Amino acid sequence: MLIRRAPDLKSSEITTESQYLNRREWIASMGALGAVTAFPSIAKALGASPQGQDPKPIGTPMGLQPNDTPTPWADVTGYNNFYEFGTGKEDPAENARAFKPLPWTVRVEGMVNKPADYQLEDFLKPHKVEDRIYRMRCVEAWSMVIPWRGIQLSDVLKRAEPTSSAKFVEMTTLFDPRRMPGQNSRVLDWPYVEGLRLDEAMHPLTMLATGVYGRTLPNQNGAPLRLVVPWKYGFKGVKSIVRIRLVDRQPRNTWNLSAPEEYGFYSNVNPEVDHPRWSQASERRIGEFRRRPTLMFNGYADQVASLYSGMDLRKNY
Amino acid sequence: MIGKGELREPRWFGRVLVVLLCVPAVLVILGLTSDILRGTRYFGSDPVKEGEHFLGEWTLRLVLATLAITPLRQLTGWNWLAKHRRTLGLFAFAYVILHWSAYAFLDVQLNWADLKTDLLKRPYIYLGMIALTLMIPMAITSTKAMIRRLGRNWARLHRAVYVVAILGVIHFGMAVKKDLTEPFIYGAVLAALLGWRVVRALKNRAAMAQ
Repeated sequence: MLIRRAPDLKSSEITTESQYLNRREWIASMGALGAVTAFPSIAKALGASPQGQDPKPIGTPMGLQPNDTPTPWADVTGYNNFYEFGTGKEDPAENARAFKPLPWTVRVEGMVNKPADYQLEDFLKPHKVEDRIYRMRCVEAWSMVIPWRGIQLSDVLKRAEPTSSAKFVEMTTLFDPRRMPGQNSRVLDWPYVEGLRLDEAMHPLTMLATGVYGRTLPNQNGAPLRLVVPWKYGFKGVKSIVRIRLVDRQPRNTWNLSAPEEYGFYSNVNPEVDHPRWSQASERRIGEFRRRPTLMFNGYADQVASLYSGMDLRKNY
Repeated sequence: MIGKGELREPRWFGRVLVVLLCVPAVLVILGLTSDILRGTRYFGSDPVKEGEHFLGEWTLRLVLATLAITPLRQLTGWNWLAKHRRTLGLFAFAYVILHWSAYAFLDVQLNWADLKTDLLKRPYIYLGMIALTLMIPMAITSTKAMIRRLGRNWARLHRAVYVVAILGVIHFGMAVKKDLTEPFIYGAVLAALLGWRVVRALKNRAAMAQ
């Protein structure tokens, strides 16, 4: 392959905002010709936020490897899987722009002594908000390092007082096709549902995130409240949660319903168990070229491996 | 015959076609080089994947374009289009080689174990590889001398393009995670191009029988 060095960018060549806005109009006008489908990322590149204005990553690094550095803000907030706002990686940032996450109600129900409907502020108020930097591994074999802000799910569950019969936690995304246009397509069985075993949900690493990079969670990242389970594939992190239900049976999660042989309930990051269509042994870190080896439980084995002792992780993928 | 357009070939057509067909390749090579070496985002946050898919889609577009020449000629009477089919076919081959290179060198990064399991165990990979392999003899026999030398067999050999196009669409459909919209669009275009031929063949046969 021919590799040519691109010419260096002079500061005089940097696009001003008005030029960039004009270019966006031009790109929009090319849409009819299919130019945008042919060159989608050029449109995206023009929309990238100028260097130096991005927020600084804050938080306690947890489970990071020595060569892990936080993924840039533009990637964390511009490269998302959130099918409620479209199936392309750059669709959510575009299509979630008009979404208004507040006011927001979260229902806690099922096998708990204290079921309740909370306004988001009341839901969060009693709990300690923390900034933590976690590794994130997508089932599609790419990864990021993300500075999350949020609370521990265990605090929420303790407050609700699960009964002795509660064994699993099921979490559900908002279903409102007018606000989430992707739900007008049948690409998945809406609403999006995810679940954890109660001990996984109670694990201190499991978070409900309300922010990234010290800022309020952008819509495309699952505003106003989303799950973060750093040792599992990213799709376990259900976004825009409206319901948390304690149940005694393993919930059917959306991707498992959609393709059972490809996506399991546990979905623990595991380099030894391949996805049927690709290897999970390595990953591409967003912003890096060389593939990295994928780590067992995404590098959190010391903290979580004991949850699965004695289990066949090939069967329980 | 439908629509006997008498439009003659514009003199610039061949040269402009070649230049246009180079544009996506130049963009992806410059864009990926910059994204990989300098951390720009012309091809998004995961430029290797994006570039790989970009090249794959252009391959498919060009394969379909070669199949569009005959119907287009029959519809418009612009018979001079026929001689540009080779250009389209050779560019399709160049793009599939770039697509494969992006996969092997940039994506899998020449990890032999991964290449081997991909090839043996993953249907969408080996279907794609079969399509690529079928394109090699067609590219080699695209010269005038080869056309002359192979005679009737040349046409037989180049019928493999139908298999290549079908495998290409299936390869694309199996590679996407969930949203099949785009593969369906390519599939519909391919069905129309093949359907056109079937309908014409049936009509011709009926006319011969009378």
